[in-house]
Parts: sequence; structure tokens; C-alpha cells
Amino acid sequence: MSWETIFGQLGWDSLVFTGAIKHPSASEFVAFGAGSIVVLGAVAVVVLLTVMRWWGPLWRDWLTSVDHKKIGIMYIVIALVMFLRALIEAGVMRSQQLAAYDSAGYLSADHFGQLFTTHGTIMIFFVAMPFITGLMNYVMPLQIGARDVSFPLLNAISLMLTAAGAGLIMVSLVVGEFSTGGWSGYPPFTGIEFSPGEGVDYWIWSVTLASIGSTLTGLNFAVTLYKKRCPGMDMFRMPLFCWTTLCTSILMIFAMAPLTVATIMLALDRYAGFHFFTNGDGGNMMNFANLFWLFGHPEVYILLLPALGVWSEVVSTFVGKRIYGYTSLVYATMCIAVLSFGVWLHHFFTMGQSANVNAIFGIATMIIGIPTGVKVYDWILTMFRGRIRITTPMLFHINFLLTFVLGGMTGILLANPTVDFQVHNSLFLIAHFHNMIIPGVLFGMFAAVQYWFPKAFGFRLHEGWGKAAFWSLAPGFLLAFFPLYWLGMNGAPRRTVMWADPAFYPWLALAMLGAVLLLVGTVFLLVQIGVSIRQRRQLAVPLGDPWDGRSLEWSIPSPPPAWNFAVVPQVDGRDAFTEAKKNGQAYRSPAAYSDIEMPCNSMVAPLIGIFTFTLSFALVWHIWWLVVVSFIVVWGVVIARSFVAQTNEIIPASRIEAEHEAFLAAARATPGVTRDLEMSPQNRGKAAPDRLGQPGQKRPDDVLESAI
Amino acid sequence: MNAPQPLHPGVNLDVTDRKSHEKASEVIFGFWIFLMSDLVLFAALFATYAAMSTQGIAQGPTPSEVFDLGSAFIETLLLLLSSFTFGFAILAMKYSTSRLRLLAWLGVTALLGAAFVAFELHDYYVMIVNNDAWPQTSGFLSAYYLLTGTHAVHVSAGILWMIVLAVQVMTLGPNPLVKLRLLRLALFWHMLDIVWVGIFTFVYLFGVAA
Repeated sequence: MSWETIFGQLGWDSLVFTGAIKHPSASEFVAFGAGSIVVLGAVAVVVLLTVMRWWGPLWRDWLTSVDHKKIGIMYIVIALVMFLRALIEAGVMRSQQLAAYDSAGYLSADHFGQLFTTHGTIMIFFVAMPFITGLMNYVMPLQIGARDVSFPLLNAISLMLTAAGAGLIMVSLVVGEFSTGGWSGYPPFTGIEFSPGEGVDYWIWSVTLASIGSTLTGLNFAVTLYKKRCPGMDMFRMPLFCWTTLCTSILMIFAMAPLTVATIMLALDRYAGFHFFTNGDGGNMMNFANLFWLFGHPEVYILLLPALGVWSEVVSTFVGKRIYGYTSLVYATMCIAVLSFGVWLHHFFTMGQSANVNAIFGIATMIIGIPTGVKVYDWILTMFRGRIRITTPMLFHINFLLTFVLGGMTGILLANPTVDFQVHNSLFLIAHFHNMIIPGVLFGMFAAVQYWFPKAFGFRLHEGWGKAAFWSLAPGFLLAFFPLYWLGMNGAPRRTVMWADPAFYPWLALAMLGAVLLLVGTVFLLVQIGVSIRQRRQLAVPLGDPWDGRSLEWSIPSPPPAWNFAVVPQVDGRDAFTEAKKNGQAYRSPAAYSDIEMPCNSMVAPLIGIFTFTLSFALVWHIWWLVVVSFIVVWGVVIARSFVAQTNEIIPASRIEAEHEAFLAAARATPGVTRDLEMSPQNRGKAAPDRLGQPGQKRPDDVLESAI
Repeated sequence: MNAPQPLHPGVNLDVTDRKSHEKASEVIFGFWIFLMSDLVLFAALFATYAAMSTQGIAQGPTPSEVFDLGSAFIETLLLLLSSFTFGFAILAMKYSTSRLRLLAWLGVTALLGAAFVAFELHDYYVMIVNNDAWPQTSGFLSAYYLLTGTHAVHVSAGILWMIVLAVQVMTLGPNPLVKLRLLRLALFWHMLDIVWVGIFTFVYLFGVAA
């Protein structure tokens, strides 16, 4: 058998290390270093797992688990790991641009191209997406009083597909090269004629895996929200995070399919010589642009909406007031979701449509500013006459309100086709979308971690380090991206590996400083987690309600038991837990307990993850026997699973009663803390009623009602 | 607990099998959503075909030169008939205690589906032999093969699924799990019919008329 039959196009030269040995240069050494980090990181993980004997627990308690809470945490772990990589890449790109004034800098153009491609691809598909998916996974079922999502195994499969895609993109650092075609992968550049290597194939398959995983996630969450709400939880009693999850899920169901179609067509062009996007023979790359952005624009809102849900939860909790304008927030979310399908063309105003078509899409784009504006006003009005506690999530929220509005303004500018023609493909655009995604989505996720971490792990995060992180991240963002607005307006194009205008230098230097601050802030976040684990006893909040929370997830212990709710709650209004606390209904023993049926662990999902990974790796390297074997194994596993009759286990009522009664007894025995002591070790997770000033004075909610 | 379960779109098992029906609502709804997402995929393929079949012909043959309406008509009849027989399979599952009747109708459906796929492959063969119409020939033909090919792959997957479920009916018996799977396969199969009606109309009829 020949080498080609067994290993396809894989060769010793594919290893990143050979390049550095054969053609030593600064650029190759950077690639060498990155490859080494991946290999050493993997070795370190394997050694750690072996030394600590964690393989068994990892497999039993995590990888085979179908518990939505564990799946959510695993998603967020993937997001954090990938975030570190893509953040470092951003730093490397910044330093190259700083070094490349009137010279070549230290990276080759090709290497720089790979960096901005992986940075974008990872940040969207393997940081933002897993982050929001993980968060929705963890929080949404708890908020609607459900024991799990509708299809727990499918949920685990979605996770493993995303993990396989992330794995593929990590492997590309060591074996072969990645695409240089940007995160949007426009043909004909990414076609076989201009990009003959394996790079684009890595892009195609990692994105396709993530896209299929997200489609299934959207399906799963939408069904969960329609079918699994607890008794009394009408749609209009759901917490706002659930509403944004619902809208995001609907967007996922509709928007991921065009991406899958686009990547599959590109794959057919490259592998089989089809003519979808080629220059000749009837191909038309505009089709790709349309399909990609038909996904790409809703994608922006897939990312943003869950973060907007987080902001609604954070602001009402840390102001101690019911959210202002609940109904308008719901309708605004829905409007954004619907409108997001009608604006995709604004990503290519300059690509030859008539002025009238551009005008229509420009107007549609500006209209999205209206529901978004409604939301901003609602959040501000929630704070009005509330008692604002300046905690880390709240700092992120206030920062979000200020910077997001600025980003929205530049978005309105870009929505005008005549302006867009001037700044298209310039750093102005880069500044704009980072201005939306970093303070909006990324900081939203950081705030969410600060907010829900005690729920997931039973102890709070160290507040001092959280604030330190905020005070480097927030100015870091401003310094890193506001100079880019100016540079873009002065004609600096995006994705530039070197430049020659001396006027750009100070602005690029400022942006570099900002990137350093963002790195420092991220390190502070990691330190915060480390410090909090060490001080977990002082920070422990086992009683589950550290922030005087308003929705159902705060009514159960931290961390919650596998079945979430010992007895499915009954709800008769919004802010169910706040109402229960007010009426003295909280922490009461239920009339009776009954057995709970929970899904068993399953090795189906990890198997599918492993073999979709080998499938796509084999596709990248044209190892056809492995393609066939992996494909058969993946579907064989699915079919075999369908013959398993016993997929659930029964948890006896006695065990549930014992655990839950112990929790209730502890909760009743512990005195609640007021909000003044929120960050002190006295806070064990039970909140005392919080009143303004003297006894008898009105609560904030009542104050606002009488004002209206 | 004993409240009557609401009906869901499609055939309901509430009259004859209360136990299965209680579990139906969630999974059937989930499957409708999957179908919706699948239809978006087909919509993207249709849109691509619409653009490519007019502007992507290049030096290759035009639609009216390569399509054989007679063959497409037979395929249409085969597929619609298979949906009809699947309907009987579901009725047999709902009302009959005979496993054999269910299996027989499933077998007929699978055969009709296989005949459909065979006819379609034969179409491809004829197009390639007579007109040199490979998918690599032009953008139009790429889009044509991808659209009809994706549909054919769906039908083939449906047949495989049907075989798996037939084995489950034989080994596990028509228990609630298997019954709900058959309901979902039925929805899948009928959706493929609807997509095919679209293909027949927009690809074949429009193609030959122009």
C-alpha cells in the first residue's frame, strides 16, 4: 500500500516544526512556538489527568454526561480555552502592525493571513457561540423550572460537534496551515485555484461542524422553551433571558442552514470541481456572499441577544427592582430577531447592486436601531430610583450602556450606503463590530460568569479581582478599538500586514497598549478564578441566593442537584422567587415528593465527537479510507443507540426528600443577609428582605409604580 | 396528570394508544422544527438553482436540452405513491394489531422509494451519456445535481431509516418509542414529497417550458 492510500496528503512537511527547521525565519518561529504550545498543552493535560487519576471521573461525570448544567459548563470551558488562543493571536497581529511601519515586520503575509482568519473564525464560532450556548444551557432550564432540556442526548451531541470543530482548528496549528481567506472565507480566493492547500478545508469543516451543532442546539432550546415550562410559567412570565434564548434559538434554526449550504458548496467546488463560486463556467461568487451573510447577519444577533438577556437579569437584580418595560423588551427582542433576516446585503453594499437595493437594505438596517434603543431606555429606567449596587457585573453593564450606544451610532453611519462606500473594508468597520461584540457580547458573558458562577459552583467569585479585571478590560477595549475608528476614517484598510503612513503610528501604538490591557484583564479574570477557588470557604453560598435573585434558579441549592427541582415549582407571576420571598412562600417544604426519572449517561455523544473529528480531519487530508470508516461509525453509533430501550433511571423520592429537606432546614436556620453584606463572608446565599431607609418605607418597585 | 394531551399536527395516536400519545407532543414538535430547518436548507438550494439555471449555463447545455420530463413524471408518481403507502403503514400502526400489515406497507414504501432513487440515478446516467452533462460542466448543472442529489440522499436516508425501524418493529415490537419514530419518519417522508413537488415544478416543468 502506498503512503498516499494510508495518509492521504499528510506528510512530514505538513508538521509546523519542519517549516521552522527547513526555512528558519521569525514568522516560522512564531508558528513553531504556537504549535509547541498546543502540543505541550495537550501533553500537560494528559499528564495532569493521569497523575491525578482524573480520567475516570472525567469520562463518567463529564464527557458522558447528558446533564444540561455540566454540558453548559463544558461549553464555557471550550470558549475560555479558545478565547485565550484567539486573544493571543490578536496581540500578535497588533504587534506585527506596530513593527511593520515601512518594513516587513516579523510575520510573513501568509502567516498574518492565517492569524486574522483563525482569530475571526475562533472568536465567532468557538468563543462567542460556545459561550452563549453554554450559558443558555446552564441557565434557561433552571429559569423555566425544568429538570433538563427536551432532548438531553442531542444536547450532548451538539456539544461534542462543537468540541470536534474546536479540536480541528487547534490541530491546524500543528499539522498543516489554516485558511488565509478571512473568517467569511470569500471565494474565488478560497477556491482551489487560488488556495490549493489544506487551509481552506480546515476552515470549511471546522465551521460546518460548529454550524450543525448550533442548528441542533437551537432546535433543542426552542422545544424546551415551548414544552418544558413549569406549571403557571406562561410565555409572558418567563425571565427575559429565556425570551432572548428563544429568539436566538429560532435564529439558529433558520440561519445556520444557509451557512451549511455555503460551506458544502465551497467544498464541492474544491474537492469535486463543481462550479458554484468559480470565476468561469457559470460560477458566481455573489451567491456565496448572499448565502454567507444570510447566515452571517442573523448570527450577529444570535450572539448579541443572549447577552442582552444577561443585561436584563443583571440590571434588575443589582438594582433590586423589577425590570422596567418587560413587555417592550420582549417585543424589542422579537423585532430584532425578525429584522435581522432582512439586512444581510449591508455586508456588501459595494458589490454592484443598484442604488435602490442598497437604499432599502440601508433603511432596514437603521430600523434595527429602534428596538435596540428601546432596550437601552428600559435598562436605564430600571436603574431609575433603584438602589444600584456597583458590583462587577453592574460595572460591566454600565460600561456596556455607554460604549454600546457609541458602537450603535457608528453602525447607523455604516448603514448609510454612501458612507459605507467610503469606509468599507477599512479599520472603521473593524472598530465598529468589535465595539458591538466586545462590550456587548464578550463583557456580557463575563458579567454572566460573575453573576451565575456561585449558582454553578456554590461559591462567589472574588469581587476585588473582578473589579480589577473590569478596570483593565474596559479601558483596554476603548484604547484598542477607538483609534481604529480614526485610522479607518483616514483610509487604513483592514487585514493589512504592513503600511507606510507615519501618521498611523501613534494610533497603532495606542491600539497596542489597549490590546495589552485586554490581555492583562483576562489574566486578572483567570487569577480571580484561582483566588476564588482557594478562598471558596469564605466565599461559599450553598443556600443558593447570593444576590437576592428574582427568578427560579436562585430558589434551589448551589450547586443544584442533578434533577434541579425536588418538586416542579408552580408559578403565578413574573419574578417568581422574589414574589415567593415577599409572601413568605420561599423555603417551604412541599406537600409530597415523588420519584424522578432522569436520563442516564451515554457514551454516544463522545463517540460521535471523536469520529466526526476523524471524519473531518480525514477530509482535510484526503485520507479516504478514514472518511468512510468514520462516517459509518458515526451513523452506526446513532443506529445502535436507537436499539437501547432503557435510557432513563429512577431517582427514589426518599433520596430527593432527604437532600431537599436538609437544604430547606439549613436555609431556614440561617439568617439572611442584607445587601450591605452581600460581598462579606456572612453571605451564605440567603437574602434578607431589603428595604430602603426606615421600616415602612416603600420598596423600589412600589415607588416606581406610584410615580407612574 | 390525567388531563387529555393536546393534539399535534399529523396523525395522532390518542384514540388507540394513549400511552404513546402522552409522549408524542414534545418529540413530534421537535421534529417539525427539524423539518423546518431542513426546508431552509432546501430553500437555499432552490434559490441557488434559480440563479444558476438562468445565469450559470456558460458553455454547457441548457435545462430544456437535458431534462427528460417523462422520467421526472414517473419519479413523481413513484414518490407520491410511496407517501400514500406510508399513510397506510401509519394507519396499520394505529388501528391494526397485526405487525405484518405494518411491515408489508413499510416494505412497499421502501421499494417505491428505492425505485425513485434508481430512476433518478438513471436520469443522471442518461444526461451524462447523451449530453456530456457532468456536474463539473457548468454552474447550472452543479446546482441541479446538488439540489436533486440532496433530495435523493434524503430519500436514501429515509429508506435506511425505514429498514432500521422495520427491524425494531420485529425485535422490540411496536412499543411507544418505535411508534413515535415511525410517526416522525412519516413526517420526514411526506416533507420529501413536498420538496419533490417543488423540484418537479421549478426544475423540470419550468426548465422544459423555457
